[in-house]
Amino acid sequence: MSEYVLLVVACGAGTYLWRGLGVAVSTRLSTDSELFAWVGCVAFAMLAGLVSRIVLFPSGALEQTSLWQRLAATVVSLVVYFVITKKSLIAGVLSSAGVMYLLLLITAKSAG
Amino acid sequence: MREGARHAAGIPALVLAAGYMGFGALAAGNGLSFAGTVLSTLFIWALPGQLILVEMHTLGAPFFAVLLSVMISAVRFLPMTVVMMPLLREAPSRQPRYYAAAQLISMTGWAWAMTRFPSIPPERRLGYFFGFALTLMASASAATALGFLAGDLLPPLAKLAFVFMSPIYFLLMLTGSASDALGRAAIVFGAIVGPITHLVTPQWSVMVAGVVGGTLGYAAHRAWRGLARSR
Repeated sequence: MSEYVLLVVACGAGTYLWRGLGVAVSTRLSTDSELFAWVGCVAFAMLAGLVSRIVLFPSGALEQTSLWQRLAATVVSLVVYFVITKKSLIAGVLSSAGVMYLLLLITAKSAG
Repeated sequence: MREGARHAAGIPALVLAAGYMGFGALAAGNGLSFAGTVLSTLFIWALPGQLILVEMHTLGAPFFAVLLSVMISAVRFLPMTVVMMPLLREAPSRQPRYYAAAQLISMTGWAWAMTRFPSIPPERRLGYFFGFALTLMASASAATALGFLAGDLLPPLAKLAFVFMSPIYFLLMLTGSASDALGRAAIVFGAIVGPITHLVTPQWSVMVAGVVGGTLGYAAHRAWRGLARSR
């Protein structure tokens, strides 16, 4: 088994730990305590940090796109999602892909 | 169960499939294996954690740093499960089927269940949830495989646009799910701390963003609330 598959299995077990714990304590735990509020903050901040990192400093295939293209596609998706469609995920996601493709076509054309 | 499956097999499955196709293409673009990538959808069943896994593993982060980061990103399943379980069962109990249902909880399934459960009789909720969540999982797994394989068939530029869908799906879900000021404060601070930390230590940036950014967001919200109260 490769290290990647091993990691997938370990991460699956590690993720399930919280799900299982949730079932076990669901009969007696208060979700409106301060500790819960802080844990929720850590979860949100972690996910936000990950997304902004991928947009600003991506690794892998996205390194071939430029920063302004990623920022433009991100802004368009946020506007489509929050302002134009009032939280349509499919419209937000597809619009970002469409904008990214158009911007990549334009730069490819002007370069070659 | 059939009703749940029917409700899932539309917009929910489609939107999720778009995100997972992007994830599959991202993993393929980073040179990871097909089997491990599809298995991650079944075993981890949380796109944020899967993205952390793929990104950190590609950057060469140590095994336990990846595991720890994925686990910390999954902490949200604890409060999510705690909140959903009382709605799912008729009387407090810890039967095995509830532990099976817990593996199927995802942001999409959870948000859907919390909205729909009040209009479904309690004795039919567990079956409904299994039907709904299993349909989501099946379509997401197929989408992961398709994204992984079809990524190579697409022209290079279209593939890049496709790969970009996955972090965007995640960004929109994240910002859309934060309905209060506390969550938004945490998102803003995490989004600032993450990239700055990345410049110093790429492997640990996700964890530092969570602990430091989350605490700053929590403190800023408390301070702001205290200030508003003292006025």
